[in-house]
Amino acid sequence: MSVLQNTPYGRSLKHLEYAALGGRAYQIRKELKQGLEKPFKTVIDVSSGNLHSAGIKPLTFVRQVFAACLYPQLIKSNKLPADVKQRAQALLEECAGGSVGSYTPTRGIPEVIHRISQFITWRDKGAASNPENIYLTPGSQWALENILKILVNRLASPGTGILTPVPCYSTSILSMNLLGAILVPYYLDEENGWELHVQELHRALASAKGVCNPRAVYIINPGNPVGQVQSKKSMQEVIQFVYEKRLILLADEVYQDSIYTGNSTFYSYRKVLSEMGPPFSDTVELASFHSVSKGFIGECGLRCGYVELVNLDPSLKDYIYKLFSKDSCAPVLGQIAMDLMTNPPQPGDPSYSLYEAEIRAIRDTVTDNVKRASAVFNSLPCVSHHPVNGGAFLFPKIDLPTKAVQKAKEENLEPDTFYCYRLLEETGVYACPGSEYGQAAGSHHIRVCTLISRDVMEELLTRLSSFHRRFMKNLS
Amino acid sequence: MSQQRENAVSHRDKVLTLDNMNPFVKRVEYAVRGPIYLRAVEIEKELKEGVKKPFTEVIKANIGDAHAMGQQPITFFRQVLAICSYPELLEDNSFPDDVKQRAKRILNACGGHSIGAYSASLGIECIRQDVARYIESRDGGIPSDPDNIFLSAGASDAIVTVLKLLMYGEGRSRTGVMIPIPQYPLYSAALSELGGVQIQYYLNEDNCWAMDITELKRALYAAREHCNPRVLCIINPGNPTGQVQTRQCIEDVIKFAKEERLFLLADEVYQGNIYSEGSEFHSFKKVLFELGPEYSNTVELASFHSTSKCYMGECGFRGGYMEVLNLDPGVKVQLQKLVSVRLCPPVPGQALLETVVNSPRPEEPSYPTFIKEKTAVLAALAEKARLTEQTFNTVPGIVCNPVQGAMYTFPRITLPQKAIDKAKESGHQPDMYYCLRLLDEEGICLVPGSGFGQKEGTFHFRMTILPPTEKLKLMLERISQFHQRFTQEFS
Repeated sequence: MSVLQNTPYGRSLKHLEYAALGGRAYQIRKELKQGLEKPFKTVIDVSSGNLHSAGIKPLTFVRQVFAACLYPQLIKSNKLPADVKQRAQALLEECAGGSVGSYTPTRGIPEVIHRISQFITWRDKGAASNPENIYLTPGSQWALENILKILVNRLASPGTGILTPVPCYSTSILSMNLLGAILVPYYLDEENGWELHVQELHRALASAKGVCNPRAVYIINPGNPVGQVQSKKSMQEVIQFVYEKRLILLADEVYQDSIYTGNSTFYSYRKVLSEMGPPFSDTVELASFHSVSKGFIGECGLRCGYVELVNLDPSLKDYIYKLFSKDSCAPVLGQIAMDLMTNPPQPGDPSYSLYEAEIRAIRDTVTDNVKRASAVFNSLPCVSHHPVNGGAFLFPKIDLPTKAVQKAKEENLEPDTFYCYRLLEETGVYACPGSEYGQAAGSHHIRVCTLISRDVMEELLTRLSSFHRRFMKNLS
Repeated sequence: MSQQRENAVSHRDKVLTLDNMNPFVKRVEYAVRGPIYLRAVEIEKELKEGVKKPFTEVIKANIGDAHAMGQQPITFFRQVLAICSYPELLEDNSFPDDVKQRAKRILNACGGHSIGAYSASLGIECIRQDVARYIESRDGGIPSDPDNIFLSAGASDAIVTVLKLLMYGEGRSRTGVMIPIPQYPLYSAALSELGGVQIQYYLNEDNCWAMDITELKRALYAAREHCNPRVLCIINPGNPTGQVQTRQCIEDVIKFAKEERLFLLADEVYQGNIYSEGSEFHSFKKVLFELGPEYSNTVELASFHSTSKCYMGECGFRGGYMEVLNLDPGVKVQLQKLVSVRLCPPVPGQALLETVVNSPRPEEPSYPTFIKEKTAVLAALAEKARLTEQTFNTVPGIVCNPVQGAMYTFPRITLPQKAIDKAKESGHQPDMYYCLRLLDEEGICLVPGSGFGQKEGTFHFRMTILPPTEKLKLMLERISQFHQRFTQEFS
């Protein structure tokens, strides 16, 4: 562990620190329930992309189909729209014994996988997706961990290196660390919308010489915690880089539905790869990850994602299958959510207009949240927030005064963790410190989720603003 | 990949290959979903395409999936889950009051009142408390601390997590894990992947697959030569063997674990599946406490349960939990860190667990239907267990121990030497060859004993007892006839 303390992720691996923050938030909620007096009535938890928990409602169509699948008597009743009943009926026929309580094949319900591959082909307007290469999994993190297991040998010397962004989603970092991978950080450019410069990938790779054997590049697009949406040009450069340097590309694309400015488009890595044509399209080995946890559907608690493998050595297939098999299969309700997310109601379907309206409402909410929050952040002293185009979070920079940094040191906390503790205790807002994700040395950030209701965002910004001004005044 | 490019591409080697992949992953096998099952799937495809076969369907008796075999879900559970998914149904008068109350209770415990929100990584707190109370009630009042309960994605998730936790050292100090032979191959698969040392202890086939302390000692002492044995895994009721360990046996094993300083893993997912007269489920936790504080304060124990088996059979939900005892506080923190990587257990599975551990009480409206359904499922299983044992024991060359519990039978089959030779020729284990032939000729998919482990020179297969009684009868008949044919052929 001591080696890691010198990396930007050092603190994130001392899991206790930010887990303690979460523990304190939990405790405070309890205390409020017990009637303890506090300067606030509720905890506002924007620490994770937990949509439903923060006021975004589940999609009606999705939940109606779940209910009918769980309790098929509902299919006979007249309480649900016709297309809901049809969909549930069709799905149950695809489940063994007509029950969502049965196991499915390891890779998932075959018909669902087939439809997902059709969705991918449609989304990418080009190279056909092969259902044989798609695996439904209990969440995208599980998929990432198990794909990593295939390429990371903890006993190898030199160790297996993975190039990872700074900042980076903390659970991915923890997962890689637990597998025995060596993390090779590449820094995103904060001043320029957190852009990924390919020169930085080259630098990172060079830094790994003599330290570890780099085998893969992990990219989150749109990003987490920083919501940059990669330009096609940048993606092409990355593909060229991994091709030349013979690295596996791990593309975490779970936020692909979270694009909120008109001038940004999500391109999947497999689309860009296919457009580049040979030799890249035939050879770059890619794993793309998606999930039902984010986007508009927000069904995090159902635990389902998928990984699509492109250009991997066919002889690995049997081993991947066996590795995945011992965990049986992804939760069936989650697989159904994935099916509904990738194959939603179409124009003309009875549920279509409500579905579209709900999606639009969420999209509008998030766009407004981002606008509002960015404006507020940029109005606060010593807070700067560069515009980003997507993702589910804002990651503003906070220039903490020396006194604050000192106080943090006294309490043996990272300065932004100290800030977050104070924020929590004084206002009930639970946000995550930038140190959890890694950041340039000496800089501090907080991460705030934007996939929340307007009310929650407004309340959050009110509490945060008054806290921040107080904090800066008292500790300058 | 375009045809023209195929030749050009082949000169560039793949980045990730068999040679440079993680060698530990290469060793993972999981027979239940392995080659025989994959062959069954192929045959199903052929049937669909209209290929003529001596049967019209493939019976997948390879996997412990009750619903797949036609077992019905418990109404109360599914009604609660339906309302949890779509709370508008609370307005629906066709649902009983107790169902609605329960759904409300669960939703109140979920973030944003949604089963789609992440829960805490250890699981929803009130459900962990419910599980603790359930365990207390099951074990005659022995206290259970909710802080020691970790909800999980099926029992498998928790089992692998604990194995990860206990895996350390290198070479001669590498963790050794004692596993029963035969075993449910999750254990061997996890140990292969984690690079743990498997220490095999044989269950005593001649004594109804009982655990044997002498054999445990033999395995342990031999293992000490080359690894550091730290863990003892027990599956009770057994899978694939179906034995229900006696109380005396469990006591002896606990004492052995204490003496030899072994961490006990008690896989008890079939605790609700007890059929034989005179067989009773005794949880390891209960027996541990009844042995007194000298044991209950020291022996490290992790017990596992799940919503996949018993009378619920809800495998697709991936619901489960473990209770840990006497864990070092530092280790417990590591455990919390490990479970956080998978964020949280599936919330519908947690909700299902709530309904299972708080099943309808006699005074509640849903009780009559609930108890009728539960009793019917368990009675059917008991009958099928008896029928299976009885039928197989009439076949010369098949010896079947009583199916005391769980969902499987693991009979020993005698194979003629010529068959063994033929198997070797075709590159298969003899019992795999037998099962492949059975699959091809009768459309019945069983798993060969070699997938679970067995004494050298013996052969077995594992069959589930789950198909509906009439189908099971036919299946037993056809297997019996096949066995006799097969034996004849290779005489």
